[in-house]
Amino acid sequence: MVTDSEKLDIYREMVLIRKFEEKAGEMYEAGKIRGFLHLYIGQEAVAVGFMAPIRADDYVIGAYREHGQALSRCATPREVMAELFGKETGVSRGKGGSMHLFDMSRRFLGGTAIVGGGLPIAAGVGFAINYREGDQIVLCFFGDGAVNEGAFHETLNIASLWGLPILFVCENNMYGMGTAVERASAVPNLFQRAQCYAMQTESVDGMDVNAVLEVAERTIATVRATRRPVFVEAITYRYRGHSHADPGTYRTKEEIEEWRRRDPIVHYGEVLLKEGILTPERIEKIQADCEKEIEDAVEFAEHSPYPKPESLWTDVYA
Amino acid sequence: MPIIQYRQALNQALREEMRRDENVFLIGEEVAYYQGAYRVTEGLLEEFGDRRVRDTPISEEVIAGIGIGAAMVGLRPVVEMMTVNFALLALDQIVNHASKLRYMSGGQISVPMVIRAPEGAGMQLGAQHSQNLEAWFVHVPGLKVAAASTPHNAKGLLKSAIRDDNPVIFLEHELLYTLRGEVPGNDYTVPLGQAEIVRQGADVTLIAYLRMRHVAQKAAEMLSQEGIEAEVVDLQSLRPMDLETLVTSLRKTHRAVVVEEDWPQCGVGSHVVDQLQYHAFDYLDAPILRVTSEDVPMPYSKDLELFALPDEAKVIAAAKHVTYK
Repeated sequence: MVTDSEKLDIYREMVLIRKFEEKAGEMYEAGKIRGFLHLYIGQEAVAVGFMAPIRADDYVIGAYREHGQALSRCATPREVMAELFGKETGVSRGKGGSMHLFDMSRRFLGGTAIVGGGLPIAAGVGFAINYREGDQIVLCFFGDGAVNEGAFHETLNIASLWGLPILFVCENNMYGMGTAVERASAVPNLFQRAQCYAMQTESVDGMDVNAVLEVAERTIATVRATRRPVFVEAITYRYRGHSHADPGTYRTKEEIEEWRRRDPIVHYGEVLLKEGILTPERIEKIQADCEKEIEDAVEFAEHSPYPKPESLWTDVYA
Repeated sequence: MPIIQYRQALNQALREEMRRDENVFLIGEEVAYYQGAYRVTEGLLEEFGDRRVRDTPISEEVIAGIGIGAAMVGLRPVVEMMTVNFALLALDQIVNHASKLRYMSGGQISVPMVIRAPEGAGMQLGAQHSQNLEAWFVHVPGLKVAAASTPHNAKGLLKSAIRDDNPVIFLEHELLYTLRGEVPGNDYTVPLGQAEIVRQGADVTLIAYLRMRHVAQKAAEMLSQEGIEAEVVDLQSLRPMDLETLVTSLRKTHRAVVVEEDWPQCGVGSHVVDQLQYHAFDYLDAPILRVTSEDVPMPYSKDLELFALPDEAKVIAAAKHVTYK
């Protein structure tokens, strides 16, 4: 059961990610952030919902739209914003950038910008857990594009064959860059792509954090208890483009509006209002607090030093 | 000193390292029940069980990924790619991940993984099974690349690679597995990044690695009969490369030939020549020549295959050219 205070935390975390991403978009426009920037706006319920039942000694691996996962798992807005600014105080010391957030001390393993690239690595971490007879699990996030990569199929096969403790979470946000899922996958229900590997599959409304929480708790417990992988497809939507360079020519404003009406934060706020856990004043306070925290993160990033030139040559080899 | 085969020396290294460190495990296609496509892992399943000697499906990308993921959280995987040609299917994991996870994470990650890969030509295996792809890996910062040419350095280099905290591509040559040589039965290492002077000579330096070490050595003996004394240097490590030994040799001989089985364009020798012209320009009495495989995919037919490969005659011709004999 989720306690009232946990519900507030979940709400607050989704708001924090939203505010962070909106600010990151602004900072990109202002030229403070360069490179590719893939925003998580609209998908917050997925990261927050799956991270809630995960233990500190479990492992989490993401792809390149991973700000939300990093923030939800462990990283502070300061560390992530500083990384986006390319500063030495960033979570990856300014050497990773938006797509390469890592925090090994808190078992957040990145941060990879090759579609599907994190899955084989998740298999390795799962293998190591079994090798040491641990009871941890690996939470592995990837997008709908990844299911069309060979790495996906090699990994799911071996994970099932060897009983690797991995929860595969496919965030189906309906588009791999500008290509709609039904234009890329012969089977539009992506959970079906995992079914031939003899593993439990689920599909969940990724815009409803309560639904995500329920599936997350159940599947995480299953993976932990059975030492078998489980595959979950979370149906979600990104409001912004694939990256900041996205012209958005492949979908209509009406479609985006339709999804916005199912906004996970608004929706969960209404649920908590009804339950009497939140009040309109409290919502305003949470929004204001999060905004303040993000302002502080920008301030911190702005005033942090850039990596020293000599750091160019460090960290190539151990 | 015991005389054993190159494959047995590799086997000894694996066995001793697995006994020494519980974190070392083997993974790859046919490494367990089949005992290794080239019998390098013979008997290891029996001693260590299938927890530590693990057969995989034919899935090179996830095999490499398992090595990386396990290494990231503290194990020391030795991954076998049945041949370097199959490692191409794992390049995303090797190049986009293994080599740069440490850098991208600002130094938080180590990937202490070895990828063993047999390569080379000479058995009429055709174009897809006869490649020398070392330059592909040597090109990438974050990887180390070792190349074993004798039973002695095979054992010593493999032990160093396993103990190293970085991803190491460990290249073996398919024609060397039955080569016999002296190998100490005890624990010893050959450090990564150190070349070996195989033969002393004052007239020309022959720089080689893998099977070409032996071609260069034979060529040197034949040259000696004609009064040309060649120094033969085996690189052993292609990245990092022991430039100091090369430059020191060149200061003595003033002439060099690089003997390599890879292709000429952007091959390992291109880098050797680049470094030597920069660091030893004033000592050079002739342009440095390279003897490489011909710039073609490997043909099947025996004579064509022989024409395509570097051999003693080609090395001798190049050595005479640079010594103006």
